Amino acid sequence: MGPVPPPAASQGTNRGRVLVVDDDAALAEMLGIVLRREGYEPAFVSDGARAVAAFQQLRPDLVLLDLMLPGRNGLQICADIRTTSTVPIVMLTAKGDTIDIVQGLEAGADDYVTKPFKPVELVARVRAQLRRGESVQAETLAIGDVQIDVPAHQVTRDGTAISLTPLEFDLLVALARKPRQVFTRELLLEQVWGYRHAADTRLVNVHVQRLRAKVERDPESPEVVLTVRGVGYKAGPP
Amino acid sequence: MSTTTGHSALGGTDQVPRAAVPGPPDPPPRRSPSELRAAVRRRLHRTRRRAIVRTGRLIRRAVHAWRGSLQLRVGAITMLVAGLLVVIVSLVLFRQISDQLLGAKQQAAIDQSLSGVQYAQSEVGGIATGDSASIRSTLQRTVENLQSRGGAAGDFDAVMVYRSGDDERSASSRRDIWAALPGDLRAQVADGSQAYRYAPVPDAGGRPVPTLLVGAPVPTAGQSGDRVEVYFAFPLDQEQATLEGIRSTVGITCIVLTLFVAGIGVLVTRLVVDPVRRAAGSAQRLAEGHLEERLTVRGEDDLARLATSFNAMADSLQRQITQLEGLSQLQQRFTSDVSHELRTPLTTVQMAAAVLHEAREDFDPAVARSAELLRAELDRFEMLLSDLLEISRYDAGAAVLEPEPQDLVPLVARVVEGMTALAARHDCELRLLTPPVPVIAEVDGRRVGRVLRNLVGNAIEHGRGEPVEITLAASSSAAAITVRDHGIGLTSADAQHVFDRFWRADASRVRTIGGSGLGLSISLEDARLHGGWLQVWGLPGQGAQFRLTVPMTAGAELTSSPLPLRPPFLPPVRSRS
Repeated sequence: MGPVPPPAASQGTNRGRVLVVDDDAALAEMLGIVLRREGYEPAFVSDGARAVAAFQQLRPDLVLLDLMLPGRNGLQICADIRTTSTVPIVMLTAKGDTIDIVQGLEAGADDYVTKPFKPVELVARVRAQLRRGESVQAETLAIGDVQIDVPAHQVTRDGTAISLTPLEFDLLVALARKPRQVFTRELLLEQVWGYRHAADTRLVNVHVQRLRAKVERDPESPEVVLTVRGVGYKAGPP
Repeated sequence: MSTTTGHSALGGTDQVPRAAVPGPPDPPPRRSPSELRAAVRRRLHRTRRRAIVRTGRLIRRAVHAWRGSLQLRVGAITMLVAGLLVVIVSLVLFRQISDQLLGAKQQAAIDQSLSGVQYAQSEVGGIATGDSASIRSTLQRTVENLQSRGGAAGDFDAVMVYRSGDDERSASSRRDIWAALPGDLRAQVADGSQAYRYAPVPDAGGRPVPTLLVGAPVPTAGQSGDRVEVYFAFPLDQEQATLEGIRSTVGITCIVLTLFVAGIGVLVTRLVVDPVRRAAGSAQRLAEGHLEERLTVRGEDDLARLATSFNAMADSLQRQITQLEGLSQLQQRFTSDVSHELRTPLTTVQMAAAVLHEAREDFDPAVARSAELLRAELDRFEMLLSDLLEISRYDAGAAVLEPEPQDLVPLVARVVEGMTALAARHDCELRLLTPPVPVIAEVDGRRVGRVLRNLVGNAIEHGRGEPVEITLAASSSAAAITVRDHGIGLTSADAQHVFDRFWRADASRVRTIGGSGLGLSISLEDARLHGGWLQVWGLPGQGAQFRLTVPMTAGAELTSSPLPLRPPFLPPVRSRS
């Protein structure tokens, strides 16, 4: 069973292609119904072993990835996609256990939804991830010794480009735009992830770590993204 | 025991105030003699008290050792009994030896004195006819002859006395003997019978030597008024030396024997006590949870049987505990698996219900209402499931605390803000009281938030529309949050059960926020995971107050809470109509 090609005619405008990686046929179908109603174009793959190949073939705008899959572990798929792409990945997880979520985020997922979830929650997550990169004004920011060209989605240090996922880019931009402000985790969840109510602050912690691993000279003593103990994070002085 | 404790306690309390009295400044001002005397007396008093305290402590330690060590007790008792026995036996033995020794000497001495008397009789037969000088020389000669004859009873001194009316002459082989003769012996001999005594007689150096004195009248042929007596003194210094030698030998033997027996006692006890001690140690380790602890079985004696039964008990205990652990793990796994497995189909159903719910306007009323009910009940189902999963995670010991230093003031404010919609539906005012400064505590924000949401939700639900007060306070070591409602309140019986799973204060009461019945149980576990407290106070008609206390530093021990559990002032009881 290869990837199912999306039907030619979908409801409303095509807001983007979403690859659903889930082995539960009923859930996959239901996800398809909901996504189509919201104007997304879903594609499905049920076998973990074929997920990466399907991804390469379809080049979706977002991946909905179930962590518990036959054939291949969801974490592994997530890590594999991350080696070649910065596509937003939202995990579907039946486990509320701390360690699984943290592992998923560390493997490169941008966000997660815990089963059982409602259509609105899912759509809100998908929409938040696909909204990235809409800024078009010419804007250049500096944070620490790192330069950011916002419309070009380019981050450089000493002329060398640093590859960031859209989420990491947005996180860095959010901090860099207000260099004097201390951002609480809740504020970052709202601005970067689009959560309107308090959510899991581990999202912030894990992604700050991932970001630091890429932009800091020494992630152990950060100079770009600084921790304000007991409050949150702030931008390092340029 | 109690008296010694009393002593030390008395000494302690007496000492403290005196030590607390500030001493005279250095150098001391001149003191009057009476003051000095008082000072000296005080010091003496203190020294005595200290001595009493020290003695008391020693006695206590001794009593403790006596009670605590079987070996010491057996050793001491064996030593005492063995010592007593050995002393009695050796006394009897010594008595026998000395009797034998002296009896033989005595017999020999009497025999010798008899033959001496015969010899003297032949010598002094016609003494009465001579003048006083010849009497003296006869006596002297006889004494010398008697002594030179010697005899079986060893060395001796002899005294001869001639008496005629008031006239008394004596001759002796040594000067001091005559004076040393006891009066009653002489009286007995004067009565005409042979007699003997033991008495100390000074030797040549004037040192008293135990001596056997034998006296006998010497029959004479002269007038009845004339009498001759002969006394023999057998010094017993030889025998005394022998007896002393025996005595010291017996004494040493006594001590050695007693120690030996006591040693054997201790050794034997040790042979028994050591395995018992080992068994006790093993039992203790077993009780501490080292289920693999076993005793080594040696031989086939009683101790080996003890070890065998102990091991059998440990085996059975281990088997049962392992079995129970397995069952419990299985059950926890089952709950967790069921919850997980239910989640995927529930998600599908949940989404389908949502789609139906959105389209309900297109349905006829009955179907539309069904779609509404389906969605509402699915929400309840979901909450129950997630609570069940959470509690199973606690039961499995899989819950992990993720403490992070954070300000509790905005955390509490966020929770309260999130509850305003529910409060508005209940026409209930939420009053928040937080300190003006940040309260940075190492807590798991997710869990603290969950506990608070639970408490505030409960307060709104049970608050009868009265205001709900949420108070945050902190000390240097702990932070506390109280949630106070003025609703129907709790009886003390209710208060004992509020944290029970699936417990409801009033089974008939309508639930509007549709709690799972596990909320407070989970909250309690959340508090415990922090090393904190979750407590409740309540009075019927007065409302209830829940208090969450967590340590400021993760893992620190809680000793007190910065907020009282019982509200400080209570409004007068309103009559419930």
